[in-house]
Amino acid sequence: MLDAQILAYAVLVLVVFFALQISAAVMVYAERKVAAGMQQRLGPYLVGPRGLLQPIADIVKLFFKEELRPKAADWFLFSLAPIISVAAAFVAFAPVPFGAATTFFGLLDEPLPLQIADVNVAVLVIFAVASMGVYGIILAGWASNSKYSLLGGLRSAAQMVSYELAFGMALATIVLMAGSLSLQDIVANQSGTWFGFLPQWYIFVQPVGFLVFWIAGIAETNRAPFDFPEAEQELVAGYHTEYSSMRFAMFFMAEYINMVTVSAVVVNLFLGGWHGPWLPESLGWIWFLVKLSVLLFIYLWLRWTLPRFRYDQLMAFGWKVLLPVATVNLLLTAAGVIYFGL
Amino acid sequence: MGSDQLLFVGFGALALLGALAVVAQPNPVYSVIALIVSFFGLSGLYVLLESPFVAVVQIIIYAGAIMVLFLFVVMLLNATREDGSEWDRAHPYYRPGPMRLGAVLAVLFGVQMIWALTRTVGLGVGVGETRPAVESVRDVGRVLFTDYMFAFEVTSILILAAMVGAVVLARRREE
Amino acid sequence: MIPLSYYLVLSGALFAIGTAGVFLRRNIITLLLSVEIMLNAVNLTFVAFGRQQGVVDGQIITFFVMTVAAAEAAVGLGLVIALFRGRESLNPEAFTALKW
Repeated sequence: MLDAQILAYAVLVLVVFFALQISAAVMVYAERKVAAGMQQRLGPYLVGPRGLLQPIADIVKLFFKEELRPKAADWFLFSLAPIISVAAAFVAFAPVPFGAATTFFGLLDEPLPLQIADVNVAVLVIFAVASMGVYGIILAGWASNSKYSLLGGLRSAAQMVSYELAFGMALATIVLMAGSLSLQDIVANQSGTWFGFLPQWYIFVQPVGFLVFWIAGIAETNRAPFDFPEAEQELVAGYHTEYSSMRFAMFFMAEYINMVTVSAVVVNLFLGGWHGPWLPESLGWIWFLVKLSVLLFIYLWLRWTLPRFRYDQLMAFGWKVLLPVATVNLLLTAAGVIYFGL
Repeated sequence: MGSDQLLFVGFGALALLGALAVVAQPNPVYSVIALIVSFFGLSGLYVLLESPFVAVVQIIIYAGAIMVLFLFVVMLLNATREDGSEWDRAHPYYRPGPMRLGAVLAVLFGVQMIWALTRTVGLGVGVGETRPAVESVRDVGRVLFTDYMFAFEVTSILILAAMVGAVVLARRREE
Repeated sequence: MIPLSYYLVLSGALFAIGTAGVFLRRNIITLLLSVEIMLNAVNLTFVAFGRQQGVVDGQIITFFVMTVAAAEAAVGLGLVIALFRGRESLNPEAFTALKW
């Protein structure tokens, strides 16, 4: 039975799918403009008004590039790796809610939740899918049959597995506070205000958890200052050295979509999701977009401000600083939940 | 066939074919990937069994951590082929004697399986038709940290021992 | 509706594949992978029986099996690396130092 509800859901899925793709294009443009601004340059300005069509030009150019494949490459894994990366990036967004259930101004009979898949273990699902992204990178590194690719792939795998621990610990603190693994519940717990003005977001109770989660999230997405897999000066371009044309574009897209996903999860876990003052609940997704944009801007800001860590520093930081801090924070939170009922 | 039976067949086939590919083809890198595919099939089966927590943990721990470790070692050792040509005919288990013995054992296993399945009552009932599922992670956690507390603590010691062992084993000896 | 016996047969088949792998393959890493298949076959029975009985214990045992598998993989792969260093081979037949 093809009723309005199912149709609306199908439209929602398509909208999210294309929005994620477009977000990658927008991020490419934003990245170049922000970088230019920080270095007192103009950035892209030729294609379209203020260079707004630059991403489209980039995509068209990548389409028409020749597809190169190293002779010694394992062709099956070589083609599979970017697909894994992109698929994991898209799927990871599925359990992320981005707005309150809405009837679209009375268009539908029942409210439709703005979320692709409402799973009751949503937090864990995101975690699981994110951990699948490693395979895209590590397989790309190995299948290219090139030393730079292999080193980049191995580094990134080690980095992601190490930071996943701190990531999980920070996640667990929020799960403890909310008493639920569902993102809908976690967001619902953050509605309302303290003393009438301070919103009840978890960032105010869990600043340490927020920092740990955000840092680990940046490391998970392999962005500066943790962008070892593609450290140009030492590894040429890391795991995607041998990739060109659309396959390269897929890795690129996966990276930007992962940034969007991590930021969206941070918004849901720590910044109250779509809750915010002034706007009615049904327009909450505007708040969501605002918070998301701020976080994404911080991503770019960090990249063009901070130099890259050294590899041993990165590992030492992950294991000796981030993980212990996250663990202590988890224990304190657990004690707080038991004894003070936070 | 109902939709859940269709899903069972799909996920079961995924798990079985993945496992077969692990054993049947010579390249360890492909073996690791086939095993990951097999784990996804198993994870789907766990979802069918209404155990979402186990399904997700299967992906996080097995596919996301343990298999990365395997892939890491295979790539570092760059041992992408099985050593030598013993793989085909010269294998000791491919001589006539062991072959016959193995065939007998395999048949015995099949017979035993069928015997056990036909002798047991209550297997024809659909899984989970009689009792409600324990789906919530909260209940799993509660039992894990009360009834299984001792086992849980012992596991942590096991992990610690394994960690120390792995570090000692893999460390390069100073000459 | 899926009868419990389906799950048991599937799990038996997986276990058999794992066993065959342990006996037939000549690569330590594949041997370890086969052991993982066997552990997972057992996990499947635990969860299926637990669901049938409506108890959580099946899921919890799975949890412990996974922990043991993780420990096993860590130590096993440590051994593999140590062995490979000595013999430059992953064939179990190559490690004969304690044989005679």
